[in-house]
This record gives sequence, structure tokens and C-alpha cells, in this order.
Amino acid sequence: MNGIDTETCAVEVTDLTVAYANKPVLWDVDLALPGGTLMAIVGPNGAGKTTLIKAILGLLPIAAGQVLIYGKPYTDQRKLVAYVPQRGSVDWDFPTSVLDVVTMGRYGALGWFKRPGKDDQALAMDALAKVGMDHLADRQISQLSGGQQQRTFLARALVQDADVYFMDEPFQGVDATTERAIVALLQELRAAGKTVIVVHHDLQTVPEYFDWVMLLNVRRIAAGPVADVFTEANLRKTYGGRVAFMGKNGGAGPGAAGVQAVATPEAGRTGGG
Amino acid sequence: MTLFDLLQSIFTDYTIRTVALGTLTLGVVSGALGTFAVLRKQALMGDAMSHAALPGVVLAFMLTGQKSPAVLTLGAALAGLAGVLLIVVITRYTRVKQDSSLGIILSVFFGFGLMLLTFLQRNPDARQAGLNSFLFGQAATLLTRDVVVMALFGGAALLLMLLFWKEFKLLSFDRDYGASLGFPMQYLELLITSLLVVAIAIGLQAVGVVLMSAMVVAPAAAARQWTNRLGIMVVLAALFGAMAGVGGTLLSSMGAGLSTGPVIVLAVSVITTASLLFAPSRGLVWRWVQQQRNRRRLRTDQVLGNLYTLAGQHDDLDHPHTEEALRIMGEGARGVSASLAALAERGLVRRVDATRWALTPAGVTVAREKFDTGDAASTGDGAAGGNAGTHTEAVQP
Repeated sequence: MNGIDTETCAVEVTDLTVAYANKPVLWDVDLALPGGTLMAIVGPNGAGKTTLIKAILGLLPIAAGQVLIYGKPYTDQRKLVAYVPQRGSVDWDFPTSVLDVVTMGRYGALGWFKRPGKDDQALAMDALAKVGMDHLADRQISQLSGGQQQRTFLARALVQDADVYFMDEPFQGVDATTERAIVALLQELRAAGKTVIVVHHDLQTVPEYFDWVMLLNVRRIAAGPVADVFTEANLRKTYGGRVAFMGKNGGAGPGAAGVQAVATPEAGRTGGG
Repeated sequence: MTLFDLLQSIFTDYTIRTVALGTLTLGVVSGALGTFAVLRKQALMGDAMSHAALPGVVLAFMLTGQKSPAVLTLGAALAGLAGVLLIVVITRYTRVKQDSSLGIILSVFFGFGLMLLTFLQRNPDARQAGLNSFLFGQAATLLTRDVVVMALFGGAALLLMLLFWKEFKLLSFDRDYGASLGFPMQYLELLITSLLVVAIAIGLQAVGVVLMSAMVVAPAAAARQWTNRLGIMVVLAALFGAMAGVGGTLLSSMGAGLSTGPVIVLAVSVITTASLLFAPSRGLVWRWVQQQRNRRRLRTDQVLGNLYTLAGQHDDLDHPHTEEALRIMGEGARGVSASLAALAERGLVRRVDATRWALTPAGVTVAREKFDTGDAASTGDGAAGGNAGTHTEAVQP
């Protein structure tokens, strides 16, 4: 579809550097992600996870580097990409309905001035059904729970019918129903050959939910298939404070066995594993 | 002058009609475009814009030597826009935060405008008379040509708003998402800001730079109380703006030397206050009533639960108890009598004698449903559920 060459990487990032007031928040990040992959971006607070997504999407000025989506610059491939921002980034008291928000996913395809019509609303309803929200289509968005807000945003991205999805913390503060719905959705997307990049916080579920993982702390610590790079040594480098940056090597085997050892607030939820 | 005469004067009195048409226009335009400013949390920007417009008005007059409404409005709009752009530049390129840069630009531009005004006044030149009305507004000075200019500029701004409706909605709700779709958000921001500047500029002569921001913020704030749809909110804000404009004009036309601008602003404040208080579901009064209703229902439930618990300590479930006992069980909570009366009305309890009450069979059924299913928290009294539970076992045959 869309003339996609399966040989090319879905997302290829080279030397991406982003700086705020001369202080680098992302430093020389590389990534070559094959299509049809679910990838988690993990790292401590302030590691630049959201910044990475926003920089890839051109929402932030980049100091250096290049981003290719299926071999071409993002601006040429916009129609292939859908973005799910953090739920907390908008005012949910905005006077609008769930269906109206989801229909916004059609705005890009509609282009300038054209108003969404019946067809667009039907597509939005389909997307709402996929996330189990079709019965709430007419609800005012201020009356949604956190999980429902998240599913509304996901439905809006689904309407775009993209090939590459960027999701910023979709699991943040959602109920179990929503978490299951998101996981099912991710698998459905992968089965359809889509690529999904997710900013993720729960280290414990990384091997279960994702194929690939990028460990990020300003620099890219590691990126690759979960089995290869989700190691204690890499996690220690990512979360273990400044000392770990000097190249301390834990030398543990693959897998998430070492997750517990990483004592950061974000990793706290892994305590039970 | 009666209300009827007043309303009639719109149609009979040429001056009042002209002024009312002008204030109607400014109310509609600033109300509609103000909605987007309020939703984008840029309400204070309107204040900065209107103050920053003053030097534009005076400079336009000084440069052209004429007071044609189109020239003055253009001057006001350009200066207002320059002020806003400076605020954006200061916020982006210095460490000064937006609120501070807003305050700086507002006062510097306004001060500069005042200085120019007083400078003009030193040179006795009949032509500059009337520029002062831009300070507090003087709707009575509106002429037909002013109203025509207001309608043209305002109409164009509203048309553009409708044309870019979808894009402006996207910008107001989720800017980053809109940018990811490929819409040039900074240009849309510039456009909607320019439209707001136009809305403010056309209102300055009637309402004045000091008070104009009220016409941007208040109608939108009022409209938000009544609806959850953007389209309706814009229409309502325009309507409220128009009502305030025409109402204020008529009130000030009654004589008494009331300046139109302040009266219009007071009128819009009345509408906003009423909306904040009385709008269904969001209004303070409505929410207070709802809260009281919930509280009363909880209290009534608690009394029913307590009566059930007390009855459970006897063999007969319709064993009567005094109001005083219920009051003590409710830890001195007030409204026990009222709750009992409410329960009696629903047929759940009956008055046995002057002081004592008992559950009716229907009351027993309801209480069982409410309190025997584990969660006793709703009664606000942990003991109620526990005792009631033991009782159910006791009455099983």
C-alpha cells in the first residue's frame, strides 16, 4: 500500500540532536526501525523521550540530524504518519464531543477549508468502535475518564489510516480495560504491517508488549530487538545515574531479569516482577 | 422614558439607530472571535492588543491629518498587531515570561499613546477633537460612515473565521496534533490573532481601549456556561455581545450623561454574572442545588440505614424508635426530621406516635437492598451495615 518498499526502514533517524538554549536534550540519536514493528522508547524522566517523538514529527526545531519515513523526509510522507500526543497536553474542557475529536483525524486528508462530511464521520465511528468507544460518540469530552480520553486519542490516530504511529505515553494512568484495549490494538496494527513507536514507562511489560525497544537517556543507550538490547547492563546505563554514562558494564544476559535492580521512581512498578 | 419608548427609539431615532447598529456589530464580532481567544487561553492578549492600539490611532491621525474611520481603524489594528508580535518575540527570545512581556507591552504602548494624545492637545487644532473618545469610548460619536467601516472590517473577519473554522478548531484544541497533520500552525495563529486585532480595532471608538478587552472575554466566558459545542458557543457569544452592545447603547441614551462604553461593559458583565450563576449544569447555583440534593439524599439514606440497624436489634423489624435515638446515631447530624418526612412521603417509614418512627414493609425491602449488599460506607456509619447484616440472618425462617 502507498507504494511502500518493504526493504526500507519504516523510520530511520540519523544523528538527531535537539537542544534547548544550547543544552542538548537529545544527543546524536540514531535509529533504523524495520516496518511492522512495535517499539517502546524507555528511559528516565527528562531523558528526551517525548522530545524525540516531537523532533521526528517536526514539532520541535532540530539542531542536527535527519529523519526519514520509508526512505523519504517526513514532510513528504506526512500521510503515512499518525501522532497520538500525551493525553494531558490538551484541555479536556474544550467544548466539543468525542466524535468531533476523532473526526479531526480526517482533517489532514481533507486539506484546507473542506469541512468533514458524513463519510468522515462514518470513518470516525468505525475507529471509535475499534477502541470500544462508539457508544460514547456524542459525549462531551470533559465527561471522559482518563482511559476514555486515551482511547479517543487513539481512535483519532486510527482514522488517519497511517502506516507509522507515534504514541506518547498511551498507557499513562489508564484503567485495565483501556490497557488491554491498547495492547490488542497494537497487535492488530502489527498484524496489518504497521509500525508503532510508543513512549513507555512500565519496564516490566516491555518484553510482553513490544518487539523492539530503545533505551534513551539524552543519548541512545541501545536500540534493537527486545531480546538483544533489553539487558540489565543497558538498563543500568539508562537509569543508573551519571556514573553509568562512563561506560560501566553490568554484563548481564538478555531479558528483563535485572529490571528490579534498577531503583528509579519510574521503575517502581516493576517491583512485583 | 418607558422601555417600549426606548426600544422604539432604535427605529425612529436616527442617531440611536446608527449607534445601536455600530455597537451591535462590535458585539457580534468581538464575541465570536473572542471565543477563540478564550479557548486558546489568550484572553489577556486582547487587553494588551486594545491598549497597544492607542498610539496607532493617534499616529494614523498625525500622519494623515484626517479622522476617517478606515484610517484610524487600520492604524489601531496595525499597532495592536505590532504589540502582539512584540510580546511573542520577547517571550520567545528573552527570559521574560509571557505575562511579564504582556504587561510591559501593554503599558509601554498605552503610555506612548497617552503621550501622543496630550501632545496633540497642546496644539489647539480643532481637527484632533474626538480622539480622546478612544480612551473610554464614545458611541454617541459614531456616524454612519463609522458603522459602515465597522461592518466591512468585522464582516470580513467573521467570513475568514468561518472559512478557517476547522483549522482554528484544531489550533485551539490541539496545536501539536494539527502541526503533525501538516497545517502551518504558526501562520494560523498569526491569522486568528490578526482577526482578533480587527475585532478589537473596530470597537475602540465605541468602547475605548481601556474596556474593549471585556467585550472579547466576557461574552465567550458567558457562552461557555450554556453549551458544550464550539459552534453554539460562538453564536451565543456573538449574541451576548450584541445584546450588551445594543442594551448598553439604549441605557446610555436615556440621558443622565452615562458614557456608552462603560455601560456596554457593565451590561456584558451582568450577562456573564448571570450565566456563571444560573446556567444549567455549569452554573454555580445549579451546582449548589445539585450538591444539596445529593447531600439530602445521602442523609436520608443514612437515617433509613440507622433505623434499619436499630430495628435489627429487636425481633420485629417494625419496632419503633424515637427521633432522638436516630439523631444520636447520626452523630448529631441535622435534618433527621426532614429526612424522616421525606422517607414517610416515599412510604418507607411511618410515624408511630409523637416521637417514634418505624420502618414499613416497603422500607425494610429498600433498606435490605441498600445496606445488606456488603458496602455499608454509603450510610456513613460502619455499624449500620454490620448490624443490619446480623439481623437478616435472624429473621430468616
